[in-house]
Amino acid sequence: MIAKEEMSLKERMARMKVVEGSYAVAHAVKCCAPDVISAYPITPQTHIVEHLSQFVADGELDSEFLTVDSEFSAMSSLVGASAAGARCYSSTTSQGLALMWEVLYNAAGMRLPIVMTVANRALSAPLNIWNDQQDSVGARDSGWIQLYAEDVQEAADAIPQAYKIAEDPEILTPVMVCMDGFILTHVYEPVELMSAEEVERFLPPYRPEHILDPNNPKTFGAFADPSYFTELRYMQWDAHRRALNKIETVAREFAEQFGRWYGGLIDTYHADDAEVMIVTMGSVIGTIKDCIDMMRSEGLKVGLVKIRSYRPFPTEALRKALKDAEVVAVIEKDVTVGNEGALLTDLKAALYNTPARVPVIGFPAGLGGRDITVRDIRRVVDKAIAARDRGIEAEMEFLSLREDLL
Amino acid sequence: MEKLLAPGHRACAGCSMPTVINLVLDAAGPNTIVATPTGCIEVTTTPYPESAWRVPWIHSLFENAAAVASGIEAALNHFGKNHNVFVIAGDGSTLDIGMGCISGMFDRGHNVKYVCYDNEAYMNTGVQRSSSTPPCTSTTTTPSGKVSFGNPRPKKDMPAIAVAHRVPYVATASVAYPVDLRRKVKRAISIPGPAYIQVNAPCITGWSFEAGTTVEIARLAVETCLWPLYEYVNGELAGVKKIHVKRPVEDYLKAQGRYRHLFRMKGGDEMIRVLQQMADENARKFGLLYEGDVTCTSGE
Repeated sequence: MIAKEEMSLKERMARMKVVEGSYAVAHAVKCCAPDVISAYPITPQTHIVEHLSQFVADGELDSEFLTVDSEFSAMSSLVGASAAGARCYSSTTSQGLALMWEVLYNAAGMRLPIVMTVANRALSAPLNIWNDQQDSVGARDSGWIQLYAEDVQEAADAIPQAYKIAEDPEILTPVMVCMDGFILTHVYEPVELMSAEEVERFLPPYRPEHILDPNNPKTFGAFADPSYFTELRYMQWDAHRRALNKIETVAREFAEQFGRWYGGLIDTYHADDAEVMIVTMGSVIGTIKDCIDMMRSEGLKVGLVKIRSYRPFPTEALRKALKDAEVVAVIEKDVTVGNEGALLTDLKAALYNTPARVPVIGFPAGLGGRDITVRDIRRVVDKAIAARDRGIEAEMEFLSLREDLL
Repeated sequence: MEKLLAPGHRACAGCSMPTVINLVLDAAGPNTIVATPTGCIEVTTTPYPESAWRVPWIHSLFENAAAVASGIEAALNHFGKNHNVFVIAGDGSTLDIGMGCISGMFDRGHNVKYVCYDNEAYMNTGVQRSSSTPPCTSTTTTPSGKVSFGNPRPKKDMPAIAVAHRVPYVATASVAYPVDLRRKVKRAISIPGPAYIQVNAPCITGWSFEAGTTVEIARLAVETCLWPLYEYVNGELAGVKKIHVKRPVEDYLKAQGRYRHLFRMKGGDEMIRVLQQMADENARKFGLLYEGDVTCTSGE
């Protein structure tokens, strides 16, 4: 992808600032000018709303900033604000997202285009404040669109894209932008900060057709008996199906204007001739790319598929990207206790009714903030090659378990 | 004037809730947005694709109406729009499950007027005890039995909790006193910031009384001093509805199935005495009686 208004590297470098990940996200939110923001503190998302509250305090951002009594109230207040016609934002993580669970379904079912950042973090018990993706993966069926970011720039750039997707009258579905807690929220990286004017050109103003207005009274949140409920669910499901195209289109529009491309539903790295394919999402992708570079220099044909949109699930894109692979390894920062990694299950399901019978194995890794190292990635690739050559021994395996603790 | 809650809703015959809504909306007028939690209001007035509401109305969940209303008010504030924002909610969603959200809304000082129609139990799910259920009430989760007089606990004092949040206008009202209720709604609107009004709203199925006597039952609650009518402005008791003739609590209890056991069980008379003491304490605390009227115990 090439920017329409092509900028020299020098010009782009000049635009770059070294900022904290949370600041970059808050800045992107500011450029989208939300009318109502709600905030409840929880590590590691807190810095995002702190930065936003400072923008409001400095008069740089004209938003109603609600310091609410819980994450449950944070999302509930946005349900009201969104129904009243406001562009809304919040961010949360882990237990906070879990506390919102009931409202997540409600916001999606009421078709309210709320945008929220999830700073991914493990769920207790045991209490753990560090990164994995169990929280948002656990919310995958709530009806929200879920985009996962590889780095800070992507997490920030996903915000205006998220609004553009969510507020499209054909979609009207809330969007969760997921970024790995601490790894991305607290890191300082050089980032190109967008400007409000640029975002204004990219993102149309939010003009909802249906709002709470005494001049045109409407009923929101009626109850639906069995003769209506299925159709309303179907319409939500259908909006996600339409979002498959919309996410791609919006990503392309963003790339055309801003010159930055992260993939549409998925992205690939050295995938064309890859025999071993790794599928994953989030910040571990950087490590994997470095590792692939090393392995490629040794002649190993390893490639990567990055999941950018986990919901809607990019079934067709994955089938296409993986059709020639000899073996697929899924690395994911979650596990479904009682089954296997959620992404592993989803991916296998996507490939099942295809002629391809590529072996797929999965590795929960990086749980509760444990580092995923280059050595870990190599081990995954070794196991994948062994599965290809000798058949699958274990369909799923926890990566690098400390045997001394078991 | 056209009623803002249309006829044809599905509330029980004799239910006081639609009357409460219409009195509130009559006073508030059409320039009003209403948020409602899950409960009888929602299921009787909004079976999709129908709606009885002639003002914009939203239901989200059981416990979040105060937070939803907070968001509505914040959005209106941002857009410079001036509409009344009301919550109309039952006692379960207010005193129990919605307590966190309502506390947050009071604390943040949103200009939201919260009306709780208090039917003193979870009626929509089949008459289970709430923390607004009075003592000695038989409900399906605190039934009277061989060793039980029903609910063992006093009502949670929600108006006092609202006052403790420095809510500038807090009042109790009754469906039997429509002029008083309307006046209180108008006064709540005239005072910026949150307001809390708790309305005694008898439930024909949950309380088990004769159809057509809803308002009489509600009036007896006031006349026995079990349901004092008062209002607090900026934390000070600003007005009470005086009682001309104080009735004994038996008159109120006898009229309802939920207290039938008190008149049949051994020791029931002692429990009635306890309830009488509560009513007397209300009369004393709020100054409900005219001087010299304390001993009046007969009917009108």
